[in-house]
Amino acid sequence: MKNPFESGKPQKTRGGLHLPHRKNTAAVESVILPTPEKVYIPMQMHIGVPCTPTVSVGDYVRVGEKIGDSDAPVSAPVHASVSGTVSGIYPMTLGGGTRATVVEITSDGKMEAAELTPPTVTDRESFLRAVRESGLVGLGGAGFPVHVKLRVPAGKSVDTLLINVAECEPYLTSDHRTVLEDGWDVMSGVYAVLNYLDIPRVLICVEDNKPDAIEALQRIADSSADPLDRVRVLPLKATYPQGAEKVLIKAATGREVPKGGLPADAGCIVMNVTGVARLAVYLKTGMPLVSKRVTVDGDAVADPKNVIVPIGTPISELLSFVGLKEEPKKVLMGGPMMGISLASTDVPVVKNNNGILAFSEKSSMLPSPSACIRCGRCIMRCPMGLSPVTLAKASERGDTEALAKNDLLSCMECGSCAFVCPAHRPLVQNMRIGKGLLREKSMKKG
Amino acid sequence: MKLTVSSSPHLRSEASTARIMGDVLISLAPSVLAATWFFGLRAFLVILFSVALCIGLEALSRLVMKRDNTVFDGSAAVTGVLLALTLPADIPLHYVIVGCVTAIVVVKQMFGGLGCNFVNPALTARIVMLISFPAATVGQAHNLALPDGVTGATPLAGGEYASLFDLFLGKVGGAMGEGCKIAILLGLVYLLVRRIITPVIPLVMVGTVALFSLIVGENVGLQVLSGGLLFGAVFMATDYVTSPMTLKGQVLYAVGCGLFSVLIRLYANLPEGVSYAIVLMNIATPLIDRAFRPRPYGQTKKKKEGRG
Repeated sequence: MKNPFESGKPQKTRGGLHLPHRKNTAAVESVILPTPEKVYIPMQMHIGVPCTPTVSVGDYVRVGEKIGDSDAPVSAPVHASVSGTVSGIYPMTLGGGTRATVVEITSDGKMEAAELTPPTVTDRESFLRAVRESGLVGLGGAGFPVHVKLRVPAGKSVDTLLINVAECEPYLTSDHRTVLEDGWDVMSGVYAVLNYLDIPRVLICVEDNKPDAIEALQRIADSSADPLDRVRVLPLKATYPQGAEKVLIKAATGREVPKGGLPADAGCIVMNVTGVARLAVYLKTGMPLVSKRVTVDGDAVADPKNVIVPIGTPISELLSFVGLKEEPKKVLMGGPMMGISLASTDVPVVKNNNGILAFSEKSSMLPSPSACIRCGRCIMRCPMGLSPVTLAKASERGDTEALAKNDLLSCMECGSCAFVCPAHRPLVQNMRIGKGLLREKSMKKG
Repeated sequence: MKLTVSSSPHLRSEASTARIMGDVLISLAPSVLAATWFFGLRAFLVILFSVALCIGLEALSRLVMKRDNTVFDGSAAVTGVLLALTLPADIPLHYVIVGCVTAIVVVKQMFGGLGCNFVNPALTARIVMLISFPAATVGQAHNLALPDGVTGATPLAGGEYASLFDLFLGKVGGAMGEGCKIAILLGLVYLLVRRIITPVIPLVMVGTVALFSLIVGENVGLQVLSGGLLFGAVFMATDYVTSPMTLKGQVLYAVGCGLFSVLIRLYANLPEGVSYAIVLMNIATPLIDRAFRPRPYGQTKKKKEGRG
């Protein structure tokens, strides 16, 4: 088996779709959103234990000041994204349907930054502490705290860092724009992780539909002094879901994460490109994650572009900033394949938000399902090697035994099966229902 | 602002059951034209009659069972064409009615409609007809490209044939759609180009027949080009509903189809075995699907191989 680090060629992965790219905003410079009147900052934008507010109503806060934290190991602190007065602390339903405490800050319009100093980093421990203080969570996907991800459990060795610039979802270009606009931050973040965690090599994985990003990263890598020659830019085929962690690991190293295991079990750590860039900013300036570059697109949007927004900005504000051609019938948080459709646009932008898509009525309608014709396309396309049709049928009849036997929990809900299904079966929906059934069953047992 | 909330993915491919069935109908068009060319206008009328009847029976069954109308998914029309093409052009129409009722009402709708039938409707209907009215189902239809007085018996049953090339062109008696191999291959190419099917099942099935014939010293060309082998391998054995869904399963299934075809032909008391072989493997399909599952990601014993 050829090693992609040496050969420069990715390994073969299973399944994969050729989706329409619709990267309408790839060549458009990002713009900064005018300071919103109010922001609503959730105390939970990560997987793990929610933060407790460290401010109270009436307090004056500045950009970058910590407003929420937790003692729990799996958590990430939250910081003020605008300067102004804390005008409320109350629970709110977020875009994903979860409820969390939000800190409402009424902006004074000044965007005054707190007095920040770069963290003192000397070794692995102080580095991981700094990563925690930066408030970084997995920005590409589920929002897993980065400091937890970087803390490799004892007994596991990591030899490869993977930087995820696949951005395989249609429409989304925020990672792409990050590379073009903040490429030096990306590389300095990469070197920080390599140095402090003592990882011998890094593959920066970019889909080949972003030749300018590949070229930019290569240029910066070439002009960085690295006597150990640890950095490679690896072009990947533009297929969906190339950016899914497990698929990316397979493509970049030829290894597979064992069932139920972590990337570290395959010797890898995977970081999102915007995450490393923001890490570099924090190490340089002490400014934590308080804003996000968000792709605003979709056929109901008048002037699609990437917008840099303070975290906690209501999505309605973002949409009125870019302008709407018509009243949208569906608004997505994330890409069209895995994004969540919102019930209301009053919810705030969170840390792991990378796209807001607004669609017209025509693009919002999904075809109605008909009978499965057993064509097997879902099986051919599943990147995890599952049989979606078998799982969906087991889920429909509530057969938890069959669900467990056919590895339902390996499903990452990428939607490849539902995309290709000619009978338009609600496959992903059934996967979720099935996971609920398994959870219910294990709770009853325990 | 009133928003639609739905489960991801919010993007779907253009594929639909109706499009797939439409493509299958297009792939069958050369065979329909060839049947009309070689057997005259009556062939075309039999096909039309069968299609219309299948569509009507589908609509009627759904109505009686108080289920939604599925005529527009195109599967009933496909069954109609397939059934007609396995019959001779001189088949009396009242026998066709029996065939269509068997295919659509009994085999397909009584088991739950499209996707739920465990055997191929058209093929099973043909078998029922073959057992019930053997003479009429084999037929005496005269191929217009042959001289007068040449019978319609298949070369497999000892019927005369001029050359393998004539068999390839379709200058042979027998079922309407089985004769012209050029038309079948055109259909195959169309199905492959449109990615409706993969070459696995037809190739392995025909390959198995050829290999077995070679081993036992039979005329390979005759075995491959006569009877319903090519038609069955391209249009019947590849039916999604009744064939396995994984690659390995499809290989085993196709080997079974080929092997039973040639075994029945050579060693059973029947001239032709393709229909029986495919239906037999249809029945084995759920078992094959259970035995051959894809290998899930991250579940291999040699997972450490890529290290270094």
